[in-house]
Amino acid sequence: MSDTMSETAYDKPMPPLNRDSKPFWDSLKEHAMRLQRCADCGKIRHYPRPVCDSCYSMEVDWVRASGRGKIHSWTITHHAFHPGFLGDLPMMLATVDLEEGVRICAQIRDVAPDQLSVGMAVRVDYEDATAALTLPIFRPA
Amino acid sequence: MTSLMDKCAVTGIGETAYTKNSGKSVVALQMEASLKAIADAGLKPTDIDGVIPYGSLEVVAEEFVTNLGLQDLRFSAVTPLGGASAVAAIQAAVSALVAGVANHVLIPIGRNGSSGERIGARAAAMPQFRTIGEYEMPSGNIAPPQLYAHMARRHMEMYGTTSRQLAEIAVTVRSNAILNDNAVMQKPMTIEDHQNSRMISDPLRLFDCCLESDGGAAVVISRAEQARDLAQKPVYIMGVAEGHPDSPSTITQRPDITTLGTAKAAPRAFGMAGVSHKDIDVAEIYDCFTYIVMCQLEDLGFCKKGEGGNFVSNGRIALDGELPINTHGGLLSQSHIIGMNHVCELVKQLRGNGGKAQVANAEIGLVTGYGDMGDGAVAIMRN
Ligand SMILES: [Zn+2]
Repeated sequence: MSDTMSETAYDKPMPPLNRDSKPFWDSLKEHAMRLQRCADCGKIRHYPRPVCDSCYSMEVDWVRASGRGKIHSWTITHHAFHPGFLGDLPMMLATVDLEEGVRICAQIRDVAPDQLSVGMAVRVDYEDATAALTLPIFRPA
Repeated sequence: MTSLMDKCAVTGIGETAYTKNSGKSVVALQMEASLKAIADAGLKPTDIDGVIPYGSLEVVAEEFVTNLGLQDLRFSAVTPLGGASAVAAIQAAVSALVAGVANHVLIPIGRNGSSGERIGARAAAMPQFRTIGEYEMPSGNIAPPQLYAHMARRHMEMYGTTSRQLAEIAVTVRSNAILNDNAVMQKPMTIEDHQNSRMISDPLRLFDCCLESDGGAAVVISRAEQARDLAQKPVYIMGVAEGHPDSPSTITQRPDITTLGTAKAAPRAFGMAGVSHKDIDVAEIYDCFTYIVMCQLEDLGFCKKGEGGNFVSNGRIALDGELPINTHGGLLSQSHIIGMNHVCELVKQLRGNGGKAQVANAEIGLVTGYGDMGDGAVAIMRN
């Protein structure tokens, strides 16, 4: 996948962007993941949304994620549930506990399927899917 | 607070033929099932004054007014809990009936899940899946077999659960389907057949996944005092509840991804019914995936979290076991009628009309619904 791939050629699902989440997607484009944080009580939340469920504040700021995490669970998908992923099978998807206390589900690369384990240390990396979309991925730390 | 215990009963059930290609419209399937359920109760269509259509709104309440000639529809609602909708609708119906808002509530479900739009293709368009659609589908985490595989893998890693234990569920449910003339799958299945079925999203294999099928099913719920004068022996609703999991719109952020909304609903349903687990003679457990059956059995309290794999082994869930489940063949092997086939089957069992799969002396039974990444609903009934 390359930066020059045109959006019309990209055949995987695109995220329907919204105002609450734009800073998150923008941070991926910059290869510097940021997470939403309550500007009043400091609780970090994901996925981005308007209200802090701890103090009900609607004031937010964004903090750079360390990119470090540990595998919480995973699946290895052998069936294309969307034609865009036919060429990626089998595909490893990991649910990862980030250091900041929230999780990200994304593909994981550079690891053999039988090496995956709960608690395995991983780091966030980035793949530019189109000029407008960068997706997070994980690699072994 | 008014208890809903025993205040209402299922008075009528109706099911169409379950097939891979109905040749009928979804509206026609739902009307056929509804007319059967109304006739089963000994009611006329015009006696129906409440309708709870399925939450996807493919067929709205107005269709029932028009097709069935309802003169005065007093109550309509939807319970958008995916596969938990049918059982959650029982809670809504009972609430309305006890309050006197309506007298006879129809709960219809029907679909062309095989010949029409495939079930797997539909998730992205549903508002309940908006969060998944934005954050997980672009990375390829798209369909329920994948979303639930993360749950199942975590369960396996934490508790030592195995694929062969999940196979026990698929094999048991298939053996029940073979006893049912209105079940799509009629070929026997062994543990080895399950183990040899193709991997869909590890650890879930093809035979861990439910069918996609066509058909309709419906029930009529009425107040107990009226139920006693109708055509069938009433099946009383002792307890009913719905529960929503933590982080309902994405499994990824759920603190414990091996616990479902069922865990919140179950104590309410058992508490209302005033019975304990050993009183349950038969259980129809929503079985979109084998893993989800095992997880619900834990969340219902039939065993502790982590013990589900052992619980479903050694014949415990077979027809002659301690807790027979899915006596009709379930979503795994009868048909995927979004769990309304489970409700109909429980009523049949408690009427003593379970055919070759009748559980001897079934007096109290339980039915669950599960859907939309973790919503759960539980109903406990008696004859
Ligand atoms: Zn806050």
